Amino acid sequence: MGDKKDVWQGTLALMVLKTLETMGPLHGYGIARRIEQTSGDLLALNYGTLYPALLKLEQEGSIASEWGTSDNNRKAKFYSLTRAGRKQLRQEARDWEQTTSILARFLTPDEEQA
Amino acid sequence: MRTLRAALTRLLGICSRHRREDEFATEIETHVQMQIDDNVRSGMSLEEARRAALMKLGGVEQTKQAYRERGTMPLVESVWQDLRFTFRQLIKNPAFAVTAIVVLALGLGASVAIFAFVDAALIKPLPYRDPSRLVYVTESVPMIPLANLSYMDYQDWKKQNRVFTSMDAMTGSAYSLNTPSGLQLAPGARVSAGFFRTLGVVPILGRDFLPNEDSLSAAHAVILSYNGWQKWFAGRPDAIGQSITLSGVTYTIVGVLPQDFHFALRGRAEFWAALQPVGGCEKRRSCHNLIGVARLKDGVSVATAKADLVSVARQLEAQYAENKGQSAAVLPLSESILKNIRPILLLLLGGAFLLLLIACVNVASLLLVRSESRKREIAVRGALGAGPARLIRQFMTEGFVLVAASSVLALAGSYAAMRVLLSLIPKDMLGNMPYLQSVELNGRVLAFAGAMALLVAILFSLTPLLRVSFSHVRDGLGQSNRGYAGTAWRRLGANLIVVELATAVVLLVVAGLLGKSFYKLSHVELGFQPDHLATVGVMAPDVGYEKDEQLLPPTRKILERVAALPGVQSAAVTTMLPVTYNGNTTWIRFVGRPFHGEHNEVNERDVSANYFQTIKPSLISGRYFTETDDAKHPGVVIINRKLANQYFPGEDPLGKQIGDTELSAKSLRQIVGVVDDLRESPLDEQTWPAVYIPFEQSASSEFSVVLRTSQAPEAMIPTLLSAVHQAAPDFATLDEDTMERRISDSESAYLHRSSAWLVGGYAGLALLLAVVGLYGVIAYSVSQRTREIGVRMALGAQRASVYQLVMSEAGWLTGVGILAGLLCSVGAAALMRKLLFGVQAWDFSTLLAVSFVLAAAALVASYLPARRAASVNPVDALRAE
Repeated sequence: MGDKKDVWQGTLALMVLKTLETMGPLHGYGIARRIEQTSGDLLALNYGTLYPALLKLEQEGSIASEWGTSDNNRKAKFYSLTRAGRKQLRQEARDWEQTTSILARFLTPDEEQA
Repeated sequence: MRTLRAALTRLLGICSRHRREDEFATEIETHVQMQIDDNVRSGMSLEEARRAALMKLGGVEQTKQAYRERGTMPLVESVWQDLRFTFRQLIKNPAFAVTAIVVLALGLGASVAIFAFVDAALIKPLPYRDPSRLVYVTESVPMIPLANLSYMDYQDWKKQNRVFTSMDAMTGSAYSLNTPSGLQLAPGARVSAGFFRTLGVVPILGRDFLPNEDSLSAAHAVILSYNGWQKWFAGRPDAIGQSITLSGVTYTIVGVLPQDFHFALRGRAEFWAALQPVGGCEKRRSCHNLIGVARLKDGVSVATAKADLVSVARQLEAQYAENKGQSAAVLPLSESILKNIRPILLLLLGGAFLLLLIACVNVASLLLVRSESRKREIAVRGALGAGPARLIRQFMTEGFVLVAASSVLALAGSYAAMRVLLSLIPKDMLGNMPYLQSVELNGRVLAFAGAMALLVAILFSLTPLLRVSFSHVRDGLGQSNRGYAGTAWRRLGANLIVVELATAVVLLVVAGLLGKSFYKLSHVELGFQPDHLATVGVMAPDVGYEKDEQLLPPTRKILERVAALPGVQSAAVTTMLPVTYNGNTTWIRFVGRPFHGEHNEVNERDVSANYFQTIKPSLISGRYFTETDDAKHPGVVIINRKLANQYFPGEDPLGKQIGDTELSAKSLRQIVGVVDDLRESPLDEQTWPAVYIPFEQSASSEFSVVLRTSQAPEAMIPTLLSAVHQAAPDFATLDEDTMERRISDSESAYLHRSSAWLVGGYAGLALLLAVVGLYGVIAYSVSQRTREIGVRMALGAQRASVYQLVMSEAGWLTGVGILAGLLCSVGAAALMRKLLFGVQAWDFSTLLAVSFVLAAAALVASYLPARRAASVNPVDALRAE
């Protein structure tokens, strides 16, 4: 797994938000697994870094948490997107798309000028 | 917005830390379990599954740590930890905490309270426009450097000066008002029309005086002070334009002054009338009753202004015989108002700073002792990984907590002290110091308190660092023998204690000198018997009593009435009570001696026949006045000893004649008696020559009634007042009091007494703190040397020599402290020479007494530890280590 990519600074939050939007309420382990799966196992996510990120999002009011029971009957904390979280997700997704499209212009060969 | 919300949540998170951490432990456990389950399902063994799960997580403890840090604010949390640790430490050692906080609060509180007075009097600007350009202008003669100004001279100065944009004048007065509850007296003033414009004060209601409203032909106009407006008109705006009768004359109210306006040279005047030259005084160049106030032109200094006015005065001197010897004085208005109070306030502030210094030294040495005994603790914390920065922060937290606690205490204490000090000032005195009304914990005072607290806090957070080295952790840990550290500390502690003792000596000497001054002042020769005298001031209305013949019948009636009261031995009137001031003077000339227009200035008092029998000065020669010394009989005069010595050296003054500068027939009087110098001046001034003239031959519309009573004079005052009112219903009364209380409340007595008491209080505290400090140092030194003392005793030292060992250490410190203190205090006393009365700055007996007191106190403070040292059991001492 030597050529897996590390998670870029600041993108983890966006991934968490998007995951919660797609999957609905989910526990920490589930979020971690889902992020890895979505990335097609290209990302090396240190699961430990996920929890402070979740706490930060919760402190900012983007997600909420609640104790519940998992599929195999374990007590787990479930995170869900709040209304503010949805707004943040839309905003950050837009920003991200803009950033990548700008970068894309730099990196793709300039055919249009021809 | 999101960031702010997160910050708040984290801050609050400090409180819910434990619950959150418990919850997270559960959460992370579930997480690991889930992954183990998954791993097992994908075919790993249980052991492998667990290992992989933990690896994937990056360690449980690491995750918990990251989570914890995100949950709260690590910096705030560690400060919070320091605070909690500090509080635990202080609570564990309440004696130290209480002592340090109280001692420090005393020092801080005293400085803050006194600073509030300094702020109100010396820092807060006077309530005028551009007050630094205002000057006090008046006439000056050799005998009275700041005399009053005559109306005619004022007119000439106003016209002829080249240095003022405007010059105005004022004089105090009092007005009687007819009210439903009887005749009442109100303090007032008469001011020239431009007075308020010169000061730059604008009435808040109505208008200022018109430029010519102070001329003889103008209608009478009066402006109310804010207090007067509230008192007489309950603050009604329709007061403007109303008429009011003051001392029988009708005035129209034209304006109301701002609430913060005051003019300290004339206390709390309620009615400010335009200064019309209606009185007899204003028509004579030789009658001085005004104070001049002027605004300097731009770029003109006080010195330039003075030179100009002196040259104007010199021209007038050449022009008019009455002006002979009269020059001019110009000084900043603020100085003329504050000249008495400034040195006292600065002295008190200095004393408070010294007290604060002692308090700081005391607390610093307490902190040093503590840091000494905490060396081990610090070494342990260092060994466990606390860096120097972290340890310094801990010490600073401790310093700031101590100072913060004592600052709160000090602010509360100083607020109380201000109230108490203000309430101790007699009402009349406070009237002359209206600026003290604004003594309060305002922004400047709080800033001062904050600055002092910060300074002290920094000092205290650095103090322990002096003695704690962070690099020698091993030394600290291995510290089983306390001897070495003790010596090093003793040297520093000894220096501190010398500073403390020296400061205490300075305060004690200053207090001693002030106390002695006050003693001398209150035992000044009065020249009469002040006990059993009751007095009241009486004022006739301005209208209907212009002539002696009109004044004398009601005066006689008053005298008859009050003399007949039960318990009255004798009754008299005088134009000026003793111990009031040198003033109300006249110029005399001697019949049969050459005269060159010189001004022989003497106090003049017009007194009724019984005056001397009532106040009982001793008669040196001749006789007292009798009932027949009236207008129908030849003029007579009684002189005081000073006048006899000054103008009749080696001669018998009896039978000689004196008169006014013209020797007019009406003024000629024969000297019929000489009385011993009876004190007319304040207690701290020189006696001047004085003439006493029968009231029947020279009446006045303002005078005081004096009674000698056989019972307590206080008890006579109500009957005295009602008797005066019955005898002369249209006369107003004021300032009823006993003679002894008048003297003890007089300004000079009051200022000396209050400064002596306050500095005495400082000195007492300083002595206590210094002695406690000395005790602490010696006791600590003994406790550090227990082993050494044990060895000495085991080797055969006698108990006496152990006493000597300890006491000589204390003696040495005390000796050096006292010597340094004496040197400093002679210097300090020289600076406050002006505040001393009848005592030299190097007063030997005071210095000796202070040295003795301090030495005795030090002896006691060092005897107790010495006894403990001498009672050491050598076996126990050697075994203890």
